[in-house]
Amino acid sequence: MLIQNSIEKKLKSLNPEHLEVINESNKHNVPDGSESHFKVIVISNEFAGLKLVGRHRIVNRLLADELANSIHALSIHAKTPDEWFDSGATSVDSPDCLGGTNK
Amino acid sequence: MNITEQIKELVETNDVVLFMKGSPDFPQCGFSGRATQILRSCGARFASVDVLQNQDIREGIKQYSSWPTIPQLYVKGEFVGGSDILMEMYENGELQETLQSSEKVDN
Repeated sequence: MLIQNSIEKKLKSLNPEHLEVINESNKHNVPDGSESHFKVIVISNEFAGLKLVGRHRIVNRLLADELANSIHALSIHAKTPDEWFDSGATSVDSPDCLGGTNK
Repeated sequence: MNITEQIKELVETNDVVLFMKGSPDFPQCGFSGRATQILRSCGARFASVDVLQNQDIREGIKQYSSWPTIPQLYVKGEFVGGSDILMEMYENGELQETLQSSEKVDN
Protein backbone atom coordinates (compact mmCIF):
# COMPACT_ATOMS: atom_id res chain seq x y z
CA MET A 1 0.00 0.00 0.00
CA LEU A 2 3.02 2.26 0.26
CA ILE A 3 3.00 3.44 -3.34
CA GLN A 4 -0.77 3.72 -3.45
CA ASN A 5 -0.71 5.95 -0.38
CA SER A 6 2.05 8.06 -1.84
CA ILE A 7 0.12 8.53 -5.11
CA GLU A 8 -3.02 9.50 -3.21
CA LYS A 9 -1.14 11.97 -1.08
CA LYS A 10 0.47 13.67 -4.08
CA LEU A 11 -2.72 13.89 -6.11
CA LYS A 12 -4.54 15.47 -3.20
CA SER A 13 -2.50 18.58 -3.92
CA LEU A 14 -4.90 19.11 -6.86
CA ASN A 15 -7.74 19.62 -4.37
CA PRO A 16 -9.79 16.90 -6.06
CA GLU A 17 -13.53 16.75 -5.59
CA HIS A 18 -13.17 13.07 -6.24
CA LEU A 19 -10.06 10.92 -6.26
CA GLU A 20 -9.66 7.21 -6.89
CA VAL A 21 -6.32 5.48 -6.99
CA ILE A 22 -6.90 1.93 -8.14
CA ASN A 23 -4.20 -0.72 -8.00
CA GLU A 24 -4.76 -2.81 -11.12
CA SER A 25 -1.60 -4.85 -10.73
CA ASN A 26 -3.59 -8.03 -10.15
CA LYS A 27 -4.70 -7.84 -13.81
CA HIS A 28 -1.09 -8.28 -14.84
CA ASN A 29 1.65 -10.85 -14.79
CA VAL A 30 3.29 -9.67 -11.56
CA PRO A 31 3.53 -11.21 -8.07
CA ASP A 32 0.58 -10.94 -5.67
CA GLY A 33 0.61 -7.72 -3.71
CA SER A 34 2.54 -5.82 -6.38
CA GLU A 35 2.11 -2.10 -6.87
CA SER A 36 3.03 -1.88 -10.54
CA HIS A 37 -0.08 -0.86 -12.48
CA PHE A 38 -2.35 1.95 -11.35
CA LYS A 39 -5.36 3.79 -12.64
CA VAL A 40 -6.13 7.20 -11.23
CA ILE A 41 -9.39 9.10 -11.52
CA VAL A 42 -8.87 12.71 -10.58
CA ILE A 43 -11.80 15.09 -10.64
CA SER A 44 -10.62 18.62 -10.02
CA ASN A 45 -11.47 22.16 -10.99
CA GLU A 46 -7.76 22.72 -11.55
CA PHE A 47 -8.14 20.98 -14.92
CA ALA A 48 -10.60 23.58 -16.19
CA GLY A 49 -9.42 25.22 -19.40
CA LEU A 50 -6.64 22.68 -19.93
CA LYS A 51 -6.48 20.19 -22.77
CA LEU A 52 -6.03 16.51 -22.01
CA VAL A 53 -2.29 16.58 -22.65
CA GLY A 54 -1.88 19.44 -20.20
CA ARG A 55 -3.92 17.65 -17.56
CA HIS A 56 -1.96 14.44 -17.96
CA ARG A 57 1.30 16.36 -17.78
CA ILE A 58 0.28 17.75 -14.39
CA VAL A 59 -0.49 14.29 -13.06
CA ASN A 60 2.64 12.80 -14.61
CA ARG A 61 4.75 15.54 -13.07
CA LEU A 62 3.27 15.00 -9.61
CA LEU A 63 3.98 11.29 -9.91
CA ALA A 64 7.37 11.59 -11.62
CA ASP A 65 9.20 9.71 -8.87
CA GLU A 66 6.77 6.83 -8.92
CA LEU A 67 6.82 6.65 -12.72
CA ALA A 68 10.60 6.68 -12.82
CA ASN A 69 11.22 4.26 -10.00
CA SER A 70 8.34 2.06 -9.04
CA ILE A 71 5.28 1.87 -11.23
CA HIS A 72 5.11 0.31 -14.64
CA ALA A 73 1.81 1.62 -15.95
CA LEU A 74 -0.40 4.56 -15.14
CA SER A 75 -3.81 5.14 -16.61
CA ILE A 76 -5.06 8.68 -16.09
CA HIS A 77 -8.60 9.97 -16.14
CA ALA A 78 -8.51 13.69 -15.43
CA LYS A 79 -11.76 15.61 -15.61
CA THR A 80 -13.42 18.65 -14.15
CA PRO A 81 -16.41 18.08 -11.85
CA ASP A 82 -18.80 19.19 -14.63
CA GLU A 83 -17.30 16.80 -17.18
CA TRP A 84 -17.34 13.99 -14.66
CA PHE A 85 -21.02 14.58 -13.96
CA ASP A 86 -21.83 14.76 -17.69
CA SER A 87 -20.01 11.51 -18.35
CA GLY A 88 -22.17 9.73 -15.80
CA ALA A 89 -19.27 9.58 -13.34
CA THR A 90 -17.65 6.63 -15.05
CA SER A 91 -14.26 5.95 -16.58
CA VAL A 92 -13.04 3.59 -19.26
CA ASP A 93 -11.78 0.19 -18.10
CA SER A 94 -8.07 -0.38 -18.53
CA PRO A 95 -7.13 -2.97 -21.14
CA ASP A 96 -6.12 -6.48 -20.14
CA CYS A 97 -2.46 -7.36 -19.91
CA LEU A 98 -0.82 -8.84 -23.00
CA GLY A 99 2.12 -10.27 -21.15
CA GLY A 100 5.05 -8.26 -22.44
CA THR A 101 5.79 -6.37 -19.26
CA ASN A 102 9.53 -6.52 -19.73
CA LYS A 103 10.27 -3.56 -17.49
CA MET B 1 22.69 10.98 -35.85
CA ASN B 2 21.96 11.05 -32.13
CA ILE B 3 18.80 9.65 -30.63
CA THR B 4 16.96 12.97 -30.52
CA GLU B 5 17.68 13.52 -34.21
CA GLN B 6 16.53 9.99 -35.00
CA ILE B 7 13.24 10.55 -33.18
CA LYS B 8 12.79 13.93 -34.82
CA GLU B 9 13.22 12.32 -38.21
CA LEU B 10 10.70 9.58 -37.33
CA VAL B 11 8.00 12.04 -36.28
CA GLU B 12 8.66 14.41 -39.14
CA THR B 13 8.83 11.89 -41.97
CA ASN B 14 5.75 9.92 -40.89
CA ASP B 15 2.42 11.75 -40.85
CA VAL B 16 1.07 9.42 -38.19
CA VAL B 17 3.45 7.42 -36.04
CA LEU B 18 2.80 5.38 -32.93
CA PHE B 19 5.60 4.57 -30.50
CA MET B 20 4.45 1.35 -28.91
CA LYS B 21 5.44 -1.91 -27.24
CA GLY B 22 5.32 -4.65 -29.85
CA SER B 23 3.80 -4.32 -33.29
CA PRO B 24 0.25 -3.42 -34.35
CA ASP B 25 -0.43 -7.10 -35.07
CA PHE B 26 1.34 -8.32 -31.93
CA PRO B 27 1.18 -5.61 -29.30
CA GLN B 28 3.05 -6.48 -26.11
CA CYS B 29 1.07 -4.25 -23.79
CA GLY B 30 -2.65 -3.66 -23.36
CA PHE B 31 -2.34 0.08 -23.72
CA SER B 32 -0.34 -0.21 -26.95
CA GLY B 33 -2.92 -2.72 -28.19
CA ARG B 34 -5.72 -0.32 -27.42
CA ALA B 35 -3.97 2.55 -29.19
CA THR B 36 -3.58 0.36 -32.27
CA GLN B 37 -7.25 -0.63 -32.21
CA ILE B 38 -8.34 2.99 -31.92
CA LEU B 39 -6.20 4.08 -34.88
CA ARG B 40 -7.50 1.18 -36.94
CA SER B 41 -11.08 2.07 -36.02
CA CYS B 42 -10.41 5.51 -37.44
CA GLY B 43 -9.17 3.90 -40.65
CA ALA B 44 -5.83 5.63 -40.13
CA ARG B 45 -2.69 4.57 -41.90
CA PHE B 46 0.12 4.80 -39.41
CA ALA B 47 3.72 3.88 -38.94
CA SER B 48 4.75 2.20 -35.72
CA VAL B 49 7.97 2.00 -33.78
CA ASP B 50 8.46 -0.91 -31.37
CA VAL B 51 10.32 0.60 -28.43
CA LEU B 52 11.04 -2.86 -27.01
CA GLN B 53 13.41 -3.33 -29.96
CA ASN B 54 15.41 -0.24 -29.16
CA GLN B 55 16.19 0.80 -25.61
CA ASP B 56 17.58 4.17 -26.75
CA ILE B 57 14.35 5.08 -28.50
CA ARG B 58 12.34 3.75 -25.56
CA GLU B 59 14.03 6.17 -23.19
CA GLY B 60 14.62 8.85 -25.81
CA ILE B 61 10.97 9.26 -26.75
CA LYS B 62 10.08 9.83 -23.09
CA GLN B 63 12.57 12.69 -22.98
CA TYR B 64 11.61 14.01 -26.40
CA SER B 65 7.92 14.28 -25.50
CA SER B 66 8.39 14.96 -21.78
CA TRP B 67 5.96 12.08 -21.37
CA PRO B 68 6.81 9.15 -19.12
CA THR B 69 4.75 6.36 -20.63
CA ILE B 70 4.29 4.34 -23.83
CA PRO B 71 2.37 4.34 -26.20
CA GLN B 72 2.74 7.81 -27.68
CA LEU B 73 1.11 9.09 -30.85
CA TYR B 74 2.52 11.79 -33.12
CA VAL B 75 0.56 13.34 -35.98
CA LYS B 76 2.40 15.67 -38.36
CA GLY B 77 5.25 16.02 -35.91
CA GLU B 78 2.94 17.02 -33.06
CA PHE B 79 2.58 14.98 -29.89
CA VAL B 80 -1.06 13.92 -29.49
CA GLY B 81 -1.01 11.76 -26.37
CA GLY B 82 -1.05 8.27 -24.89
CA SER B 83 -3.73 5.61 -24.91
CA ASP B 84 -6.09 7.25 -22.37
CA ILE B 85 -6.03 10.48 -24.36
CA LEU B 86 -6.54 8.69 -27.68
CA MET B 87 -9.55 6.91 -26.20
CA GLU B 88 -11.15 10.14 -24.99
CA MET B 89 -10.38 11.93 -28.25
CA TYR B 90 -11.80 8.99 -30.21
CA GLU B 91 -14.99 9.05 -28.18
CA ASN B 92 -15.56 12.76 -28.72
CA GLY B 93 -14.52 12.72 -32.40
CA GLU B 94 -11.45 14.89 -31.96
CA LEU B 95 -9.03 12.15 -32.95
CA GLN B 96 -10.82 11.49 -36.23
CA GLU B 97 -10.56 15.21 -37.00
CA THR B 98 -6.89 15.32 -36.13
CA LEU B 99 -6.16 12.33 -38.35
CA GLN B 100 -8.25 13.67 -41.22
CA SER B 101 -6.57 17.04 -41.11
CA SER B 102 -3.23 15.28 -41.45
CA GLU B 103 -4.49 13.56 -44.60
CA LYS B 104 -5.85 16.77 -46.08
CA VAL B 105 -2.52 18.51 -45.70
CA ASP B 106 -1.03 15.67 -47.72
CA ASN B 107 -3.42 15.92 -50.65
